[in-house]
Amino acid sequence: MNAFHFYSRLDLTILLDEHATDAKQLLKGIESVPDASIYFHTHKYLLQYHYLIPVPPNDFANWALTSLNDDVLGEQLSSIDIMQSGSIPELRERIAEVVRSYVKKNPRNKRECPPGEEFYFMATQTVILPTPIVSRSLEEFSNHIEQISLHSLYYHMFDSRLRLGRGENDFSAWFRGIGKPELADKVRTLDPYLSTLEGLRAQIKALVKKYE
Amino acid sequence: MNNLQEYAPIVGEATIYDLFLLAKRLEGKSIQNINSTSVGGGVAEILTRMIPLLKQLGLDARWDVIKGNEKFYAVTKKFHNGLHGVPVEVTDEEFDWFLEVNRANAEEFNFADIVFVHDPQPIALVEKRPSIGKNWIWRCHIDSSQPDKKIWSFLERYMRKYDATVFSAPAFAAPMPVRQVLISPSIDPLSEKNRDLTETTVQEVFERFGIDRSRPVVTQISRFDFLKDPLGVIKAYKIAKKSHDMQLVLAGGGATDDPEGPMIMEQVKEEADKDKDIIVLFLPPSSDFEINALQRGSTIVLQKSLREGFGLTVAEALWKGKPVIAGAVGGIPLQITHQHSGILTHSVEGTAQWIKRLLNEPTFAATLGKNGREHIRNNFLITRHIKDYLLLFLSLYYRDDVVHF
Repeated sequence: MNAFHFYSRLDLTILLDEHATDAKQLLKGIESVPDASIYFHTHKYLLQYHYLIPVPPNDFANWALTSLNDDVLGEQLSSIDIMQSGSIPELRERIAEVVRSYVKKNPRNKRECPPGEEFYFMATQTVILPTPIVSRSLEEFSNHIEQISLHSLYYHMFDSRLRLGRGENDFSAWFRGIGKPELADKVRTLDPYLSTLEGLRAQIKALVKKYE
Repeated sequence: MNNLQEYAPIVGEATIYDLFLLAKRLEGKSIQNINSTSVGGGVAEILTRMIPLLKQLGLDARWDVIKGNEKFYAVTKKFHNGLHGVPVEVTDEEFDWFLEVNRANAEEFNFADIVFVHDPQPIALVEKRPSIGKNWIWRCHIDSSQPDKKIWSFLERYMRKYDATVFSAPAFAAPMPVRQVLISPSIDPLSEKNRDLTETTVQEVFERFGIDRSRPVVTQISRFDFLKDPLGVIKAYKIAKKSHDMQLVLAGGGATDDPEGPMIMEQVKEEADKDKDIIVLFLPPSSDFEINALQRGSTIVLQKSLREGFGLTVAEALWKGKPVIAGAVGGIPLQITHQHSGILTHSVEGTAQWIKRLLNEPTFAATLGKNGREHIRNNFLITRHIKDYLLLFLSLYYRDDVVHF
């Protein structure tokens, strides 16, 4: 049986030379910033606010709601289902389309954020490090999933699927590889964006227990 | 000096372990911090705590201080004020003297593999780079969101010579062809200002200051200057007081460069004389313990700043699980997400309204405080600061978006 090697991941936040004071400028930024920036602004809150239920929406939605004070745009942006996007370019286009169509429908909307509340585009440099934790069976995995850091859980569930473009999370890929396709599918269809990281950890653990 | 393992019960074993994993990747690299003073000020405070912790991680980390005379520091004081947006006049002769002092210091230093320069005073040491190589980082600890153009343009010539620059908030940076990194400051949960205190200790401090804890206490800890808006705080308190019994505590130092400072302090005193429930405390700089107790014993903590560098008093209060109402300026929105981990306001009226709501809804207020503490635990403690510095050092050697070890 192939072993599962757990990794950890840590981010350095990089400032980009792009900021927005209104929806039009936000669109311009969304269309032009690197993929790492789109990923950062749609995922940062998951780790930063991992203890909150419900987790706050993505940065774009949060800014539209609180700084532009625009409930309509804010709601539309917070309703974007990230699970439906298989890649960052696809996700970028979905977000851009929401803002584009909003700007088009509201040509006279000149709403600007107050000074000091501009949207600053950022990105991350992510460092991925091997941990000494290695699972050689589902039983071991079931124990290890409780021990790993939230950064490690996040890496295998979020980074692997979208940022690294592996198509599915690392856990499902491993379950499939060790002949547990049903478990793989169940973990793959969990929506990690709808629960806290601790909640997600508990859901994975419960599923694995059923197939041990 | 604290041991790194003492932080494990606070941030978790995994966080400490991650620091060791990162530090291992920097094995063999020497790291030199350079600033302008070994005591006093935020930079010296953080380096005093951080260098021993970096050493515990097995890193060859050290800290050097540049030497300058009174004339040099008079010029750098102007730089400091200029970065803060205060119009200043610096003569060519003063610029020349600044460079001369930097060059003299550069000749004396034995530079490490990574040279981490803090604030404007030693910024021109980087002139040495073409002849000695090394990796150079400059960190600006100052709110430079509206700098004096002449000062910024002088300093920018040197910023551009670094491998990376670091700012505390996005608004403090400006477009330039050098990698710019966001690293927020942090608080130390084991320091005198933030360590746990017993309820009895907190009560004793309140009694010493004559504050009645059987009634709600709304507190702002800040210097008495215009930008911290103590008069706005008093106005908000007066509006809220119409419907809720409460006391207002304004505590902080009086030392300030703000020319309007003395006038504002006079007005605050006048207001306090008219209302026995406004308690004004002028605290000396060595009052970390008292500030800790005041924050812990308050019902609500305010930080109604009109402009703010980073506003670490917000992190301090949130760490103590307090509901915080703060102005949405500077680094405060990085610390508070409105209605999740605290309250962001833009006016006296808004602040008053939220004071009333939080006093009326203690369960919601407690949830804000609980979330706020978790947010600080994850994002604004010294362990996160160390992690960011280690990543920053690594980024000098690895440039890809994703670095897979």
